[in-house]
Amino acid sequence: MAEAAKIHDPAASGTVLKVAGLKRYFDVSAPWLNRVLERQPRQILKAVDGIDLEIARGETFGLVGESGCGKSTVARLIVGLHGPTAGSIELEGRNIAGLSRKQMGPVRRRLQMIFQDPYASLNPRWRVRDIVAEPIRAFGLAADKAAVDRRVGELLEQVRLNPRDGEKFPHEFSGGQRQRISIARALASNPEFLVCDEPTSALDVSVQAQILNLMRDLQRDLGLTYLFISHNLAVVYHISNRVGVMYLGKMVEQAPAKTLFTTPRHPYTRLLLDTIPDLDMTGRERTPVGGEVPNPITPPPGCSFHPRCPFATERCRAEMPQPLAMPGGATVACHGVEEGRVPDGPVLAAPAAPKGVTSVHAPE
Amino acid sequence: MATPLLQVCNLVVEFPTRRGTLTAVDDISFDIAEGEVLGVVGESGAGKSMTGAAVIGLLEPPGRIASGEILLEGRRIDNLPYEKMRRIRGREIGAIFQDPLTSLNPLYSIGRQLTETIMTHTDMTPTQARARAVELLAEVGIPAPERRVDQYPHQFSGGMRQRVVIALALCVNPRLIIADEPTTALDVSIQAQIIALLKRLCREHGTAVMLVTHDMGVIAETADRVAVMYAGRIAEIGPVREVIKNAKHPYTHGLMGSIPAIGHDADRLEQIPGSMPRLTDIPRGCAFNPRCLHAFDRCRQDRPELIAVEDGQVSCWLYDTSAGRTTAEAKAIVASRSGTAMERADG
Repeated sequence: MAEAAKIHDPAASGTVLKVAGLKRYFDVSAPWLNRVLERQPRQILKAVDGIDLEIARGETFGLVGESGCGKSTVARLIVGLHGPTAGSIELEGRNIAGLSRKQMGPVRRRLQMIFQDPYASLNPRWRVRDIVAEPIRAFGLAADKAAVDRRVGELLEQVRLNPRDGEKFPHEFSGGQRQRISIARALASNPEFLVCDEPTSALDVSVQAQILNLMRDLQRDLGLTYLFISHNLAVVYHISNRVGVMYLGKMVEQAPAKTLFTTPRHPYTRLLLDTIPDLDMTGRERTPVGGEVPNPITPPPGCSFHPRCPFATERCRAEMPQPLAMPGGATVACHGVEEGRVPDGPVLAAPAAPKGVTSVHAPE
Repeated sequence: MATPLLQVCNLVVEFPTRRGTLTAVDDISFDIAEGEVLGVVGESGAGKSMTGAAVIGLLEPPGRIASGEILLEGRRIDNLPYEKMRRIRGREIGAIFQDPLTSLNPLYSIGRQLTETIMTHTDMTPTQARARAVELLAEVGIPAPERRVDQYPHQFSGGMRQRVVIALALCVNPRLIIADEPTTALDVSIQAQIIALLKRLCREHGTAVMLVTHDMGVIAETADRVAVMYAGRIAEIGPVREVIKNAKHPYTHGLMGSIPAIGHDADRLEQIPGSMPRLTDIPRGCAFNPRCLHAFDRCRQDRPELIAVEDGQVSCWLYDTSAGRTTAEAKAIVASRSGTAMERADG
């Protein structure tokens, strides 16, 4: 029992990544002269506006949200491709936010990224072996050329490619195989933490299944920790231990994957869960929730979800909700949930009875 | 039964290239009844969009229909001269494409694009056409249509633009709409709105839809029947529930297992080994045979035809009656592919 608890309890295995109050604003104002002549104010896009998250060793944290909610910006902030406007990013207890390029070097070895588009993220003029060897050379991880070649062969085998494929160029591979090459490159520096930004979104479903299975196997074999970003809720459910839902630069709900999908609390999470087309829903008539994600440059005051929320009150329109810890390890930022105005009740029945999936209720 | 609205018989679409002729759509037949939604699914390169383009007469040269017939209400439309086909497009067959931004002209206002289409196909006056345009925008759920009608595509969001494209496709009440990945470029919550809209409008107008998509979830919610394509051929066609819950073809079966679903706690997803063959080297016999766990000699030799099984049709030799196997036995073979399949079934 104690043994089992150790494996499943994130606290016991320690926190790998801790993000607190992370913000990233972009200045999207018109040029100075235009602003003066046309009397326009500065325009600030709050892509990420104060998010907190913690990821334990060996777990997968899924980050979901619709386009423009800031999930990719979070990924780029964590790997240091953007500097944060405010907040801290702690990797194993050390703050890596705003480190210089030089200081970031050794951190990058332990923190790698897999990008969405395997057609754009591999240099078409390099042979696969050079692509995979680049991190090994950059971090000086192998003594000589023979050692580099050996390691590249090993990595290609690890992602179920043939070591002889190293001689080829990226265009000779299909999308799924290219994504395997990206994974091999990311693993080349023996990282502990991988940030995966929509790694399967550009792939067909049968290939997506191959890549997700591969990522699971690698996680088990190498003890990797993933931050997995996707707009596909079913994929996130499949791969994640914990899930965070973002809306307009804010984390609206965070919970263990099972809890989030069986008892979503935030009205936005419910909307998302209610709108995904499901194989079990043939012929079902749905009442789609109206509205769209507002322009992030001029987000609505108060809770940014209130214009689309069926439970919104005066307080929601005026005051920004703060994340609130809930039983079961969840965190929800919603006045309605805090005041108990949002009726709960399972949206998904127990996984054992997939029939219940059809009983997704529309809040009255 | 009356003549189906659309009949596609033995359609072959070819692309002559310097390195030989590629067959993108290889001898497929299906039909769509009036008011029916036929889903066409498949992975990239399966030929689903080509089929749609062939039906509407918009194959990009050098692609061409090499053989076969396409009949709309019993009349052949695949060999019509350009001008005649142009009259059918829009009036009788509408189209909705994936990217709403490229389907709209950025230099013309929404209203102008709508009235132009309406006036091309009907004899309305400009005033009448404009009134109809406003009416259409209201019908597809665009708020303040009187004001929005004079705006340009860039002033609309992605979901709103797709509504405009739907309005364009529906503006002269076509009998059939070809919708090629209509929701792929949209976010899930917007996607749900668009699906609901498309379903409602088609029901109200009695329009048949050929819905081409790679998203099984969209098909499950929208289609009446579904055709699963693989390497330019139809692997299986049947009522949507049957195909999803009771897949007969080994490819469909594997495909369904590889889709992660909320509520299914499988440690690993079922996976189909390998990937779709390139058009340059489609294997002999059944195109799926190198990836199929149940392939036998005949699959490597002869190409299977669509065989009627239960309510649908499937092109797989396992279901050939001359082998003396019952449908139930054949299905058991397909289902026995791996342990994961059983685990999934048990929940």
